[in-house]
Amino acid sequence: MAKKMHDTPNLDQLEAGPWPSFVTGLKRLANDNDMMVDLLGQLETSYQTKKGYWKGGTVGVIGYGGGVIPRFTELMDDNHKPIFPDAAEFHTLRIMPPAGNHYTTDIMRQFCDVWEKYGSGLIAFHGQSGDIMFQGCTTANVQPAFDELNEMGFDLGGAGPAVRTGMSCVGAARCEQSCIDEQRVHRTLVNAFLDDMHRPALPYKFKFKVSGCANDCMNSIHRADMAIIGTWRDAMKVDQDEVKAFVASKGRKYVVDNVITRCPTSALSLNDDDTLDVDNKACVRCMHCLNVMNKALSPGDDKGASILVGGKRTLKIGDLMGTVIVPFMKLEDDDDFEAIEELAGEMIDFFAENALEHERTGEMIERIGLVNFLEGIGVEVDPNMISQPRMNSYVRMDGWDEEAAKWAERQA
Amino acid sequence: MSAPRMPDECGVPDPFPYMHPVLKSNFGQWSYHDRPRPGVLRHVAKNGDQVWTVRAGTQRQMDVYTIRKLCDIADQLAEGHVRFTMRSNIEFMVSSEDKVNPLIEKLTAEGFPVGGTGPSVTMISHTQGWLHCDIPATDASGVVKALMDELHEEFVKEDMPNRVHITTSCCQINCGGQGDIAINIQHTKPPKINHELVGNACERPTVVARCPVAAIRPAVVNGKPSLEIDEKKCVCCGACFPPCPPMQINDPEFSKLAIWVGGKHSNARSKPMFHKLVAAGLPNNPPRWPEVSAAVKNILAVYKEDAKDWERMGDWVERIGWPSFFQKTGLPFTKYHIDNWRGGRVNLNASAHIRF
Repeated sequence: MAKKMHDTPNLDQLEAGPWPSFVTGLKRLANDNDMMVDLLGQLETSYQTKKGYWKGGTVGVIGYGGGVIPRFTELMDDNHKPIFPDAAEFHTLRIMPPAGNHYTTDIMRQFCDVWEKYGSGLIAFHGQSGDIMFQGCTTANVQPAFDELNEMGFDLGGAGPAVRTGMSCVGAARCEQSCIDEQRVHRTLVNAFLDDMHRPALPYKFKFKVSGCANDCMNSIHRADMAIIGTWRDAMKVDQDEVKAFVASKGRKYVVDNVITRCPTSALSLNDDDTLDVDNKACVRCMHCLNVMNKALSPGDDKGASILVGGKRTLKIGDLMGTVIVPFMKLEDDDDFEAIEELAGEMIDFFAENALEHERTGEMIERIGLVNFLEGIGVEVDPNMISQPRMNSYVRMDGWDEEAAKWAERQA
Repeated sequence: MSAPRMPDECGVPDPFPYMHPVLKSNFGQWSYHDRPRPGVLRHVAKNGDQVWTVRAGTQRQMDVYTIRKLCDIADQLAEGHVRFTMRSNIEFMVSSEDKVNPLIEKLTAEGFPVGGTGPSVTMISHTQGWLHCDIPATDASGVVKALMDELHEEFVKEDMPNRVHITTSCCQINCGGQGDIAINIQHTKPPKINHELVGNACERPTVVARCPVAAIRPAVVNGKPSLEIDEKKCVCCGACFPPCPPMQINDPEFSKLAIWVGGKHSNARSKPMFHKLVAAGLPNNPPRWPEVSAAVKNILAVYKEDAKDWERMGDWVERIGWPSFFQKTGLPFTKYHIDNWRGGRVNLNASAHIRF
């Protein structure tokens, strides 16, 4: 039996309704857990005053400089003592999940046992960073909780100015549209830069996200400093019998309205015999027709990845999308994986040396220009990197002949 | 004294030991999928193997009792393997069709709504809020619980023109991310500075550098080193608050909620899009934020009625045009909708293309 519950009239209202209630979960934990009793007290206070009451600090595990999110209460009484003392320390451990978020019930139960022993019993699957968040731990218990999770084969994720926890879609494990081995790309990249994750010393955060196709279920173009997106460069596969079956079941109007005319580059045409023509040179691999005619259309055989760089959210200069720096690279054998690891290394090194404090890769590129970035990491220009060429004539171009010769040489 | 235990720097775990055996044996060998009903995916491998996935909503912040209950369900009615989508839906994989319905019945009976697939409103991706963040102006889990209660029907059905991804963010950094609908805190007053504390608590050059509009400068106030703000320049973004907590941006009255629409991660049809401002000034009204729910439900109802199959929110607005959007939703169009951020002129209509 824990100590007496605080009144929580606001939170109580979040127990009703059809969606699962986190409040009901917190209350159940509070039955025999003083930390949760006081956490509910602090949260109810926030609901009443509309203010947050946590501050950061410095809490970590031996050997690492990041991965724990420290939280100390700021709700103090007149004697500067915490009003909710049992939740005065409520730290989070960010733990990296298996790539693709696969779990056995056995490992989930082990997580629960560890967190019941050392923490509050509250676990989030998953945070926006992609981590399993073990929420609610005293400073004293952070180290033993980490030690047990680490013995189970799990490691802390990133926080602060560091390589961050990566994300990859379910991909090849359960998706026919997968064009790369997402989990291998994810693990290759993050695990090559664990030193930069666990000992934060970069200008700011650096994120890898991996999606197996252009549906980009991992939101990598919006959110990742380095986005790896599966694609293919030969012709898409068309099973004409399945196309006919699809037209027969849905009707020609549906196919015209929802497939043919929705193609962003007018690469599709429905033939009079209800088969499909594809202009693969015009196709941009957007995935729409494959999504709609899932059984009839598939990615080609010559698969690989496009790489975009510099996506991020609002702070500081506004939202930025990632932009293409590698239109296509194969990701099949060990050499390919070495090559992507090397490219990521070049980018992180350049970022570490050239970004300003608290500047993301996309902001750095905005400041110095894409060409300086490309020259810094040793990548040649390619017309797939742009939507359209420069529209302003105010540029110094006395190196034109040399640059044109380089292009001619690369085409040879 | 023995040496302390050093971490085993093991990194991202290998997923194969945790993966459902049918997923493992058909890795990279899938042929196609369909959706027998909302909340259920059927994937068929090239060799004819099949796997059914039952998707259910969770509260994301889960107590160990809830997690163990989900594990019991997975052990008793599924096959002991689960995974999570990035929107915190849990997925149970089973290798035979006859296990699907009992699993759905059990999940539903235990209060986990089955859905979130295809053209539905899936779970809201959200942040930490008052539960754990150090800079929040509002809650996250509570806002999402309140909204998902209202949108439950749209989660368990597939009645939308295309999928709807909603996000919430409890400060203007927008950790919740881009969404078809994004519900984000929008501060409307400059930070209130506690000049007694700035000198000791804040690294002043860092704070000055953090401001996106160069509105902060060092100052001496009451004989103490502090910072001052050019309130005419200030855009009330709150970027100075994390590095300098004495610059309090959160305000119970003046921190409002704004709604943005048309963000899209996917490259399908159109290129990825950022969401755009449509409504602001909504009160931060716990515990159920009814004004926000009403605004979101209004936008969803108009989209559901008006958009064509496969049009995401952003695709739909591009077709009908912004004048129609504001007319159909009844939302006011104001001077604040006109972009004046650097580069924002590309968002103005530089053509004679006018919709009447």
